Amino acid sequence: MDASQITSFVASTHQVFSTMLSLTVTAGRPYTCCTVPKFENEVSGIIGMSGDMQGMVVLSFPTATARNVIRAFTGMDMDPNSPDFADAVGELVNMISGAAKAKFEGKNVSISCPSVVIGKGHKVQQPSDAVCITIPFDCPGGPFSVEVAIKNAKSAAQPASSQTAVKAA
Amino acid sequence: MKVMLVDDSKTMRTIQRNILMQLGYKEIEEACDGQDALSKVGAFAPELLLVDWNMPNMDGITFVKTYRAQGGKSPVVMVTTEAEKTRVVEAIKAGVNNYVVKPFTPDSLSQRINETLSRAKAA
Repeated sequence: MDASQITSFVASTHQVFSTMLSLTVTAGRPYTCCTVPKFENEVSGIIGMSGDMQGMVVLSFPTATARNVIRAFTGMDMDPNSPDFADAVGELVNMISGAAKAKFEGKNVSISCPSVVIGKGHKVQQPSDAVCITIPFDCPGGPFSVEVAIKNAKSAAQPASSQTAVKAA
Repeated sequence: MKVMLVDDSKTMRTIQRNILMQLGYKEIEEACDGQDALSKVGAFAPELLLVDWNMPNMDGITFVKTYRAQGGKSPVVMVTTEAEKTRVVEAIKAGVNNYVVKPFTPDSLSQRINETLSRAKAA
């Protein structure tokens, strides 16, 4: 993974939030996922990538931020336990990942249908053979992050997404 | 005019439905994937379809190819996160008439719908 790919995710997150939610986001300094996060993950949308780039993308929020962001996206205040809430989170990570991969020049990359995990303090275990970078963001709805763990397929021993696991805190 | 929305995300279908209703379209049917859409197109007979690409069970490209092979002639607008040129070409070859990349604004979706219907009318 190179810096331009991280920049693609910063740009796509800006694009999705400004276009679909009318929210301005501010990106912080990216850090490796082994660093202690600034907030507990309570809502995560997960997308797998395959093809020339393999790995995964995780959009994570504290519940309060997720509720504010989903209200801006859908115009409704949703219960975080409702299927519609998870659907909206999944669509957000889908758009962020899709817009980012379109900026990977010369790469043929496919994305999976999204999965959503909801639960206090969960951790999405990224593939161990790919560098994982967390991009912290802030928006009027609160803090959130985009974790990216992708690598060139040529150096992949097996699809990175097959090693994904979700752990309780 | 009858419009069919084909997207596995209920959120996205609702957003598109609201935009269509603001444009004055009232007869709107929804399908959650390509298979669901194929089971509904016969009875509903849509005059315009908005179709997502990545969906479980049957993706949007397979749906459009099947719909065209079965004689479906209504214009199809693909509304998707797949923004690469190669994907757009693949979609056009499959029988898609116009293309909208997510994220979109209400204005950009409206513009593409109007453009698509004008072209279909002129053809």
